[in-house]
Amino acid sequence: MRFTRTSKALGIVAIAALALTGCGGGGSTGGSSTAAGDPNKVITAYSNEPQNPLLPANTNEVYGGRVVNLLFEGLRSYDANGKAVNALADSIESSDAQNWTIKVKQGQKFTNGEAITAKTFVDSWNFAANSKNLQNNGFFFESIAGYDDVSAVNSVKGADGKTTTTPAPKADTMSGLQATDDSTITVKLAQPEADWSLRLGYSAFYPLPSAALADPKTYGENPVGNGPYKFEKQGSWVHDQSITLVKNADYKGTREAKNGGVTFKFYTDPGPAYTDLQSDNLDITDVLPSNALKTYVNDFPDRNATKAVATDSTLNIPGYNPNFQGEAGKLRRQALSYAINREEIAKVVFNGTRTPAKAFAPPVIDGFKEGIKGSEVLNFDPAKAKDLWAQADKIQPYDASKPLQIASNTDGGNKEWIDAVANGFKNNLGIQAEIQPFAKFAEVLNLRKSQQLPGLTRAGWQGDYPSLYNFLGPVWATGASSNYEKYSNPEFDKLLKEGLAAKSTDEANAKFNQAQEILFQDLPGLPLWDQARPIVWSNNIVKAETGWNGEILYYGITAK
Amino acid sequence: MIRFILRRLLQVIPVFLGTTLLVYYMVFALPGDPIAALFGDRQPPQAVIDTLRSQYHLDQPFWVQYGLFLKNLFTFNLGNDFTGQPIAASLARVFPVTAMLAVEALAIQAIFGVAFGVFAGLRRGGWFDSTVLVASLVVIAVPTFVLGFVFQLVFGVKLGWAKPTVGANADWVTLLLPAVVLGLVSFAYVLRLTRASVSENMNADYVRTATAKGLSRPRVVLAHILRNSLIPVVTYLGANLGGLMGGAIVTEGIFNVPGVGNKLYQAVLRSEGPTIVSIVSVLVLVFVVANLLVDLLYAWLDPRIRYDQ
Repeated sequence: MRFTRTSKALGIVAIAALALTGCGGGGSTGGSSTAAGDPNKVITAYSNEPQNPLLPANTNEVYGGRVVNLLFEGLRSYDANGKAVNALADSIESSDAQNWTIKVKQGQKFTNGEAITAKTFVDSWNFAANSKNLQNNGFFFESIAGYDDVSAVNSVKGADGKTTTTPAPKADTMSGLQATDDSTITVKLAQPEADWSLRLGYSAFYPLPSAALADPKTYGENPVGNGPYKFEKQGSWVHDQSITLVKNADYKGTREAKNGGVTFKFYTDPGPAYTDLQSDNLDITDVLPSNALKTYVNDFPDRNATKAVATDSTLNIPGYNPNFQGEAGKLRRQALSYAINREEIAKVVFNGTRTPAKAFAPPVIDGFKEGIKGSEVLNFDPAKAKDLWAQADKIQPYDASKPLQIASNTDGGNKEWIDAVANGFKNNLGIQAEIQPFAKFAEVLNLRKSQQLPGLTRAGWQGDYPSLYNFLGPVWATGASSNYEKYSNPEFDKLLKEGLAAKSTDEANAKFNQAQEILFQDLPGLPLWDQARPIVWSNNIVKAETGWNGEILYYGITAK
Repeated sequence: MIRFILRRLLQVIPVFLGTTLLVYYMVFALPGDPIAALFGDRQPPQAVIDTLRSQYHLDQPFWVQYGLFLKNLFTFNLGNDFTGQPIAASLARVFPVTAMLAVEALAIQAIFGVAFGVFAGLRRGGWFDSTVLVASLVVIAVPTFVLGFVFQLVFGVKLGWAKPTVGANADWVTLLLPAVVLGLVSFAYVLRLTRASVSENMNADYVRTATAKGLSRPRVVLAHILRNSLIPVVTYLGANLGGLMGGAIVTEGIFNVPGVGNKLYQAVLRSEGPTIVSIVSVLVLVFVVANLLVDLLYAWLDPRIRYDQ
């Protein structure tokens, strides 16, 4: 709906008058604009303030990530189904999964005219991996030989017993990373990793112009990239308000923009965004307020889509809890899993936006296998649950002095399903169970890290790149960065390693699925459900869809 | 007069130290590591976390943190928030927006509240008075967020008269709907205060004298009745300005206004001590100045009030 400024002002004055006298009254609405299709139209999209300067290797949250992904093009990119396809790479080859040769397309440029060569990538990666540059995603280069020197840190134990870590790189470049000529990158990994090339589409591996390396902070305010979009102008990022991107006409690739640009409008809450969408004041959102999950299909008929997302959610059981140790603990973990009615909770609490989990990785990922040995624990079977619990009690009685708590932050709509799970434990196992609520995610995380949570905890993982390993390694491997409950099984680690060293992706995936069998035996966490992400759009948009990780494919949106 | 103002301004110092100390301590006492919370499930290398923590002095004891904050404040360098943005710049962005919103809401309250109140008070018991009394009672009874959502739905979505949210580039026009919502409750109070005050003063001796002198009715109402009735109203409006500046969190949230309330809300979520306390400091100043202005207005409204002995 379009109004002239004056007519709008008059309208609002009328509102004020009506409101103040407490009278109601009908009014005519303006005619909605029915402009014809326009490939140059700029669409508006829901977002929020990015947390860091927009450097790809420093961006590890969704709101910065969606901008960075549109501003840059890497060696590879992921299509809508999560398949990695070559983008700036002509070819990526390796005979032993350890030594890789990457041929870079020639003649590519950043929007400031700077040429992109093999050296651009090498410099960018060395920059990102260097611990003194403090890049959040620096650890993505950990597989490359020489990473340990570049990323070295100094840990000092202070007088108060707290350890402080400071960057202390021993080298500026990774020994395993070379640009042999303008078009060739050779990479030597510390150990063979069959799925390494799958990562190359992730934002940490994007190329950076030299200005970014010289002054990352300034650059991050007005980033210059090589992707399907570019900043409209210097200062397009209006903090706490919006970021405006326009189509990069020079971009030639698989993600060419079908619209004139994207303006990300920042909302601190999804509620107002939903209202804006209802009046075509915003064009698309991927975050719905929880009370709209039941109504969005009716509110936006023919203007919504729901697609599976590569995320995992689990209920983790810390190994230090005495009730869940030894043989009895194993039986109890299984009993808990059998006692969760995933099907019903997905239907009733989540209105079908989630489906029961079938493994420790989501089905959208290549190599996903249903019916892994041991995965029957994901079925709802109250009789079996009771039976297993009773068996465990014979080995070692359950300490019922305190109720079994499930820790979670309650601000993200988690309370409802946790209550449902806790009720399942109560009704089917006859134990006391309840939510251990926290106002903020940070509190739970702190307690998880310091191993102080008395009971279970909710955990979630969103894939960085579409690979089975990415859902297993960083979460369950011994000492892994997001393995907060410190689960450790050497056999599992060994299978992961073998999978990484496999010659082909199929062979690797077979090993990873074998590793999942161990997880199903140990159940360090109970897989809960797979997510689907609903999106809705305005009357200004023809159609939209999300990619493998739930991010809207903004470049593919056509405006009416 | 000057001495009075100076004395009042000196009072700002203890008020200021007290509020900032209290608020800073409350943020400090919040559980959870704010830096780790920035990253969620995907934690960066430990060196990044530790460097950020020392950069924001989170590894220091409370008194050192508070001292550093004060030092920064008096050297006019508020430092950066956790996203690396200068706090001073974000204050400069959000305060004008909220000031616009507050002034607009205040104007609505003052103009409509006083006008309606005078009419109602002059014809006490009349149909206008009765209608307005009931309507204002309804407005007072309905919580602001309900009004906000209803107005947004009716005027923003169903009727399409106004944009349902404000967003970037806030101006007087886009801010009008939230300003109406924000001002409505206090409008009802202003109306009732004015009405009570006017109907009381109508029977005062000086009004009878003025009428007997042969002054015109408008002159009697405006110069005699209204002026004398305004003291309680002005007190209320002055105290309300501070509330409008800082208490608009709900309204700003509903209408996505990029103002103080939204910023404060986000800063609290992130446990960003320096940002929260910086905002509070400015709000304290606004409060103090608004109250000072109210006190000075008293003298103009009622010449019997004098400040210096």
